[in-house]
Amino acid sequence: MEVLLAIKGKDFILTAADRTSARSIVVMKQGEDKSRALNKNILMLYSGEAGDTVQFAEYIQRNIQLYGIKNGVPLSTSAAASFTRKELATSLRSRNPYHVNVIIAGTDPKTALPELYWLDYLAASVKLNFAAHGHASYFTLSTMDRYWREGLSLEEAKSLLNKCIAELKVRYIANLPEFTVKVVDKDGIREIDL
Amino acid sequence: MEYNGSAIIAMKGKNCVAIAADRRFGVQALTLSTDFKKVFQMNERVFIGLPGLATDVQTLYERFRFKTNMYKLREEREITPSTFARMVSSTLYEKRFGPYFCEPVIAGLEKDGTPYICTMDLLGCITTPADFVVSGTASNQMYGMAESLWEPDLEPEELFETISQSLLNAVDRDAISGWGAVVHVITPERILTRTLKGRMD
Repeated sequence: MEVLLAIKGKDFILTAADRTSARSIVVMKQGEDKSRALNKNILMLYSGEAGDTVQFAEYIQRNIQLYGIKNGVPLSTSAAASFTRKELATSLRSRNPYHVNVIIAGTDPKTALPELYWLDYLAASVKLNFAAHGHASYFTLSTMDRYWREGLSLEEAKSLLNKCIAELKVRYIANLPEFTVKVVDKDGIREIDL
Repeated sequence: MEYNGSAIIAMKGKNCVAIAADRRFGVQALTLSTDFKKVFQMNERVFIGLPGLATDVQTLYERFRFKTNMYKLREEREITPSTFARMVSSTLYEKRFGPYFCEPVIAGLEKDGTPYICTMDLLGCITTPADFVVSGTASNQMYGMAESLWEPDLEPEELFETISQSLLNAVDRDAISGWGAVVHVITPERILTRTLKGRMD
């Protein structure tokens, strides 16, 4: 029932995650932020098994921050994705694996190159131009296939994201009143209104 | 094996071998990417194709890259395809009771230039046929194509055509593999790599 979306633009990644925290059929809370900043320029969105998600996200977040402190150089987006994949893959074959799906969105602070990685709980990692996790992918990927192109501006990406969310509101059974929308560009991560 | 979908084929020619794979990555019927890498070059004369569960494709590639690098440092020479196949086999059998869901295909040229191809099951049992090997979700279709197109002693360009047609026409009859292909032809002189466009539906 959770929705994670991300769209790569010219020099940024636009991400959206629903704000619902639900347990079984009951909505427990609105206003949950399903993302963590791995460092200044990398954002990780997560969904999956309730306790696992935050635990795993913060474990990755702190290890990546530790790397930055140790080496004086922040980890690149691709390296952060590789690290996360390796941790998930190791956990997959352990006694109690994390059941967490993630999207890693990062923009290089120097070159402004945006990169987007999609990882499922099995730890398969793919680099994509637009990504969606969960049931939402069945509703939104076709819209993104139709309208996504190389070098989208922020306004264009926002309008594409609006189209996707509109589709979810019409066709998806879950009630999703709010979304956290964030932009990751070379200046960092910021929350915006759609 | 049927979770992500894949198709990999390798063929022997005259003093050359070829290996080809599709490029789809999906979760069951949902396609997410059409540039997923499933064939990896281990050195100038050895390639491995890893069809199966995508997470294990990536994990196994990382392990083989590490192992061949270590082999190169220790032995001060490149690994041959037959030795590499043994290494892959034992890596898979190590996980006998919790296996990697992947049935690798190995193609390469031995030290004296003789072509080598093999495949193995997910536990590491090696099969070494004289003509061609197939693996993945479209393997039945690839058997049919390769059985009718392959002939002995093909030159590199003929082999390229044969393997490409075998793969492309096989994946068109499989819903979870295809979406383009990549072909490598290995000759003693050079490696020919081409990406092919396929039906995108």
